[in-house]
Amino acid sequence: MPQDHYPVLLALGLAIALGVVILSLSKFVSRRLGGRVDLTPYESGMPLLDRSHKRISVLFFLIAIDFVVFDVEAAFLYPWALVLREGGWPLFWAMMVFIGLLLVGLAYIWKKGGLDLRPARPKRSLGS
Amino acid sequence: MSFDLLATLAKTALWMALLLQVTPIMVWVERRGSAMIQDRLGPNRVGPFGLFQSLADAVKFLCKEDITPVEADKFMHGLAPVLALIPALTTFVVIPFGPDVTVLGHRVPLVVAGAETGVLLLLALASLGVYSLVMAGYSSNNKYSMLGAVRASAQLISYELALTLAVLAVLMPVGSFELNEVVRYQQGSFFGLLPRWNVIPQFIGFLVFVVAAFAETNRLPFDLPEAESELVAGYHTEYSSMKFALFFMGEYMGMATLSCLAATLYLGGWHLPGLSYSGPWWWVAAQGMGVLVAKATLFLFFFVWVRWTFPRFRFDQLMRLGWKVLLPLSILNLIAVAALTVAGVL
Repeated sequence: MPQDHYPVLLALGLAIALGVVILSLSKFVSRRLGGRVDLTPYESGMPLLDRSHKRISVLFFLIAIDFVVFDVEAAFLYPWALVLREGGWPLFWAMMVFIGLLLVGLAYIWKKGGLDLRPARPKRSLGS
Repeated sequence: MSFDLLATLAKTALWMALLLQVTPIMVWVERRGSAMIQDRLGPNRVGPFGLFQSLADAVKFLCKEDITPVEADKFMHGLAPVLALIPALTTFVVIPFGPDVTVLGHRVPLVVAGAETGVLLLLALASLGVYSLVMAGYSSNNKYSMLGAVRASAQLISYELALTLAVLAVLMPVGSFELNEVVRYQQGSFFGLLPRWNVIPQFIGFLVFVVAAFAETNRLPFDLPEAESELVAGYHTEYSSMKFALFFMGEYMGMATLSCLAATLYLGGWHLPGLSYSGPWWWVAAQGMGVLVAKATLFLFFFVWVRWTFPRFRFDQLMRLGWKVLLPLSILNLIAVAALTVAGVL
């Protein structure tokens, strides 16, 4: 029921309030020295030569796509788990078909190298 | 003000008070524990056994200069540490710490939000953690932060899958999302000898859960987002003063709530064989909270122990473990538990 959830909003509000209070306290108490060098991004002691936001490897995008696929499947499994005992074996086998398809998908990604988070190295041939 | 609201406020205050103690105590335990493991002394100057070291640290954090780098997104840079507190300080609402008690003629469940959606709510709130890391890394205008944030988000979403499926296997024989039902299911014993805790029939699920919990809290051996040897301090490289401290509070309190969750799902929660929970309501609540905290403390110590024992993974090894070991393992565990549930064994 919706009214059962107001403690969550309460906790959410308290968490944000706590963070804001701590940060504002620190703002009042802390010293402010400043200086241009202090405020530059940290580059292990070197001056910043180029932009900070660089291109990200496409492999991270693949991981994100895999996550979306499998997380939606997990969401489908939740209601199933709730009624499994009443449903018995027919419900069990129905879902096994679904999980089977899921595993085929996982095997495909696995075989295609979508789960290896490193650039594919070219195979070294013996002659060269 | 209604009685229900008053009771909710009291329970929230109790949890908040406990969770806010976690950070200073755990920092002390971690520093003294690591010293013990590495045969050093650790901080022992401030107060007896260095107990007040964390307080001294907190004062120092407050007084340090707060730096926001040039060209950083000021709003997001300030928002990220506040968001880091949210997963830890909201998920406790669904964790029960005792049976229902009667206070002044009103029936009060010893859980802040006894909603039927319990575990779903918990998973939803816990997964908000990734936003804070991504915001911190993106807004800092720093290469190390950006790399740390990208790694952190990839790691969190990968291990969330295994975690979700492991939790699902626990809920299946129970047939409810309410954590109090999960605790009630674990009362009784196997053959009159062992407590009927989920850790025994679902040991594989328990292993998956614990490994994923380490990755979800960014603790060693999975602290790749921070990885100080390669990424300086990862997503919080550009944070100083109290903003930096908030990330640490979030991490330690997240460990505490995940430990409470692990204790509830696999170690019987507030239930302890031989403890019958009789007496006045405040005594029942104190006993329940005591049992839960004791079990969670075991996990918290384990977190520290592992951190100072194992080296760090490499990033592709981490992703391989998540996708090629934990995910198939958790799916197989799920199928096995489903079959046993339908067969009536569990």
